Amino acid sequence: MSPAVRVVLPAHLKNLARVHGEVSLSLAGCGAAVTRQDVLDALEAAYPALCGTIRDPATGRRRAFIRFYACQRDLSNEPPDVPLPEEVASGAEPFLVVGAMAGG
Amino acid sequence: MTRVRVLAGTRKGAFVLTADGSRRSWDISGPHFGGWEVYHLKGSPADPQRIYASQNTGWFGQLIQRSDDGGATWQPVGNDFGYATEPGTHLWYDGTPRPWEFKRVWHLEPSPDDPDVAYAGVEDAALFRTGDGGATWTELTGLRTHESGPGWQPGAGGMCLHTIILDPLHAGRMFVAISAAGTFRSDDGGAAWRPVNRGLRSQGTLPEDEPEVGFCVHHVEMHPARPATLFMQKHWDVMRSDDAGETWREISGDLPSDFGFPIAVHAHEPDTIYVVPITSDSLHYPPDGRLRVYRSRSGGGEWEPLVRGLPQQDCYVNVLRDAMAVDSLDECGVYFGTTGGQVYASADAGDTWEPIVRDLPAVLSVEAQVLP
Repeated sequence: MSPAVRVVLPAHLKNLARVHGEVSLSLAGCGAAVTRQDVLDALEAAYPALCGTIRDPATGRRRAFIRFYACQRDLSNEPPDVPLPEEVASGAEPFLVVGAMAGG
Repeated sequence: MTRVRVLAGTRKGAFVLTADGSRRSWDISGPHFGGWEVYHLKGSPADPQRIYASQNTGWFGQLIQRSDDGGATWQPVGNDFGYATEPGTHLWYDGTPRPWEFKRVWHLEPSPDDPDVAYAGVEDAALFRTGDGGATWTELTGLRTHESGPGWQPGAGGMCLHTIILDPLHAGRMFVAISAAGTFRSDDGGAAWRPVNRGLRSQGTLPEDEPEVGFCVHHVEMHPARPATLFMQKHWDVMRSDDAGETWREISGDLPSDFGFPIAVHAHEPDTIYVVPITSDSLHYPPDGRLRVYRSRSGGGEWEPLVRGLPQQDCYVNVLRDAMAVDSLDECGVYFGTTGGQVYASADAGDTWEPIVRDLPAVLSVEAQVLP
């Protein structure tokens, strides 16, 4: 059985998904190389209310004010099909979805 | 006992305000979707417990929420507003072509007959329809792909489709208004559209110019018993049409300013209309710091200020285009919300006003429902 990938959502998306704390996703079939696209696809499948809130539905691209972090690294501008760090795939470290600080 | 429900969309969430028929004492629930902009929420005439809400932020995009219990609980439904055909281009502020790009839903108009049917007006301007309670939305492409579309330009607030009117007497007839393209009419349920702007004038155009589009219409209203008559608050000018939009004439009359955003029609008197004059296009607050609703009982031209209960000094709020509504009780109730977070109610057709609530976030929209 694949280990669960841990995802930390910003507060508004936690409310929308009606979850508290981290989200745990089982990515069976992805093998050892888990990509950002795998994680977001699984996240939206488990929580359909999040569809379109992280990735623009028209372009599939990361929304401008959304950032991705893991293992102390900013992964926001990595291509979506690049494998995430092993620590994310193994569940040792969470994958963080962050709402950028902007606006009022 | 008859009850009234007022739905207020604000910059930081939605609020549901309820009262009995006397409309003196109000219960306030919210914020729903706290922290999100709620441009509009509106109940279904066919099932008042069914409410659709447009929820948006720059961070997380567009959501549509649906309530089936009058706003007590909500469920996110479909939020895919992809244009159904090649988006093409419209004109940007500088006159250069710019691709159509979805930004948000400005207005939701539920069908009068079927709670699962509703229309959504979006920015960049297009019209969508759901027939499954909001689960999926399909664009009615005939509007966006009108031959004049490449020449449409945004108003200062964006190129938004902000007004949707469904004609209750003529099957298939509907009107929409777009800033700053103008007003459009369909007679076949939204498949084909044509501009209906004759008689409108924009600052800077010559009297002999009769452009088909290019008008910053702020809001349009109709009385359901007389659907050929439309009332419009334009960027400047209050206008009226008595032939379903074919021609328009000015009814600004003796208003202190004919700039403003909302316009409303009395529920039982088709010639009684309301506007909230704003100083100018560059000063979006009431003239002289006095918040005055103006009422005409003659269908325009002659207006009376309504001031009892409204602040008459040091008031510099605005009332946005979708932030005024009426209820259908025998003594017509009138409601409006301000950018200062007040929602005012009049239980006597505008003669006197009281604040329902004073300190909400900036109010973007107000709708009223009468509940059995």
